[in-house]
Amino acid sequence: MSTVIENPRSPYTRPARKKRRFNIEKWAWLFMRGSGVILVFLIFGHLFFNLMLGEGIRAIDFGFVGGKLANPFWQWWDVLMLWLALIHGGNGMRTVINDYVTGQKLRPFILWTLFAIVAILIVLGTLVTFTFDPCPITENIELLPSFCNA
Amino acid sequence: MSNGQTRTKPAKGQGGTLYRGNTGMWSWVLHRVTGIGIFFFLIEHVLSTALIRVSPEAYNAVIGTYKTPIFGLVEVGLVAAIGFHALNGLRVMLIDFWSKGAKYQKAMLWIAIVIWAILMIGFTPRHLMNVFAEMMGA
Repeated sequence: MSTVIENPRSPYTRPARKKRRFNIEKWAWLFMRGSGVILVFLIFGHLFFNLMLGEGIRAIDFGFVGGKLANPFWQWWDVLMLWLALIHGGNGMRTVINDYVTGQKLRPFILWTLFAIVAILIVLGTLVTFTFDPCPITENIELLPSFCNA
Repeated sequence: MSNGQTRTKPAKGQGGTLYRGNTGMWSWVLHRVTGIGIFFFLIEHVLSTALIRVSPEAYNAVIGTYKTPIFGLVEVGLVAAIGFHALNGLRVMLIDFWSKGAKYQKAMLWIAIVIWAILMIGFTPRHLMNVFAEMMGA
């Protein structure tokens, strides 16, 4: 009988690992870049329309926003911006939290808080955009968009 | 260093790596700081805009505070942060996806800063004129 002695200099081999078909971190990484390009366009357009044209910030009131969001074009612009910005920002904050929060109990707590904030704001913003009334009943008719008086 | 290797300080103008030291690292720091700031503003922005669902009076009361001179200056800072984050973000994408991106990362940072400065020169006077005209009640 002979004993098999393994080559002491055999190179280290990694234990076989299940090949993951779906790498969520890779998709998160790609999402940051894809959403980033779209957000540059959407947010620069948002800032230019609201702050540069006409009287800029002076013109922003219920009449301005209500008039804008009565238009499906701006509704979808704003809702797309809402979803992409909150998921992009939420994922960025997740990265920052993972980098700096080392407490084993604190980190999951902060991450869940972040998730709750993002989810609530997405639901709230989407509902407001699609359910609000640009011409509500009010005593101050002058506050409403001009088309409400017609 | 702990692994026994010695690290020589890179010569002036020559960063050791893309992300350690010099422009690569500081643009990363600025990207992070502006991103965090924008995220907190976004929370506030969505909540205050949601007041359009409450009443015209409630929304106008809150948006009125944005038209004060102090907030007007804060908005310039906010637009500056968004502008840098956007332009540097495009630079990061070029570093990641363009074959020569890493080679030209420093040049692209200066290009981003120049475009940022031009945008801010266009925006700042326009915005501050509106803010101060509002203050004067003109």
